[in-house]
Amino acid sequence: MCLGVPMKVISRVGDDIVAEVDGVSKDASVMLLGEDVEVGDYVIVHAGYAISKLDEEYARETLRLMKEVFAPEDMQ
Amino acid sequence: MNFQDEFRDRELVRNMAANIRRMAERLNAPATFMEVCGTHTMSIYQYGIRSLLPENVRLISGPGCPVCVTPVDYVDKAIACTTDPGNIVATFGDMLRVPGSSSSLMEERAQGADVRIVYSPRDAVALAQSNPGRRVIFLGVGFETTTPTIAASIMDAARLNLKNYFVLASHKTIPIPMEVLSADPELNLSGYLCPAHVSTVIGGNAYKQLAERFHIPCVVTGFEPADVMQGIEMLLAQILAGESRVEIQYSRAVSWEGNPKARAIMEKVFAPCDAAWRGLGILPGTGLAIRPELAVFDAEKALDIRVPEGRENPACQCGEVLKGKLAPFDCPLFATACTPESPVGACMVSSEGTCAAAYKYGR
Repeated sequence: MCLGVPMKVISRVGDDIVAEVDGVSKDASVMLLGEDVEVGDYVIVHAGYAISKLDEEYARETLRLMKEVFAPEDMQ
Repeated sequence: MNFQDEFRDRELVRNMAANIRRMAERLNAPATFMEVCGTHTMSIYQYGIRSLLPENVRLISGPGCPVCVTPVDYVDKAIACTTDPGNIVATFGDMLRVPGSSSSLMEERAQGADVRIVYSPRDAVALAQSNPGRRVIFLGVGFETTTPTIAASIMDAARLNLKNYFVLASHKTIPIPMEVLSADPELNLSGYLCPAHVSTVIGGNAYKQLAERFHIPCVVTGFEPADVMQGIEMLLAQILAGESRVEIQYSRAVSWEGNPKARAIMEKVFAPCDAAWRGLGILPGTGLAIRPELAVFDAEKALDIRVPEGRENPACQCGEVLKGKLAPFDCPLFATACTPESPVGACMVSSEGTCAAAYKYGR
């Protein structure tokens, strides 16, 4: 029910966007988002509404931490 | 970066599993972590996360599937809405096969009732616009992720001056049930993998009272396998350090404040009320009802829907499954009398139900 999919914004007119993932595009609204959304941004779309904008910097930091703490040589 | 594949890296997850095993060796007692989100339930089964964990780190599912925690009376009310041929009942697909006292929406549809599956409440508003002579009743079920979208649909209907759009609301909020379960000595929870998308709306701050008052570590965790593994690692690190605080693993989507705009729209339309949870009973202040000034959109008030008290199948153990006290495999009905094709309880119906996930991936 709370399923949300990270999708890339490919167009925006007012509060209405078209977002795309794996070649599938969907209409959605950004009326629930306080942040600015531009074409090229990634958002989580749930039930036809973008509910969160994804932050690439935080995503890279999370991946870095995952890889840093869990380096294979650390496992010996 | 597409924010998905990077967090499904097999090698990364394997390394994380090795680290978790090493950390778990230092535990004084076994650790039990609960997730309260249907998408976590699915993800944990789908990616076989349990098979990567040592014996002393146990994952259990709580009341995270909104369809599953909705009591049978609600399904009966939804079915009552279908009896008037002037009505169209619009719903997310998950509700369709949930058993009511004597029937389901799917069975009613087979008998000719007008029940439509929609992807978004926006589609239900559009349905009302294109069917001005009929009433469209949307089944408003869901946690804080979904409730703002339904609030937005009611505001849209008000803006469009629609007189034929109604919501049968049974919305719930998750932090209080988490407090109730963390105080249960039988469960003896060691930590929570807090929901990912609910938290985009309510923010990490919403769990501070839970972590502080009940001394339970809380980590807001994403849905990809590497996210879940890191969430478990962060919970273990808190236990080993003797801490109980809120951390956000899923920082690419969740902030401490959440989404204030979505919350403002939700609060404009809904006010807290008491709510009945399957398995947990009535919990004060855990529901959201449509505000009296918007009663013209409230199906229960505007259409005066009343049904006799609901009857659950007495053999159904969904209540115990939803509290994390019974594993699906330990229910005598699991995969015998109760299957996804012919479900006895809601947990086998919803695509996010614990029993449905166990049936699909766990055997």
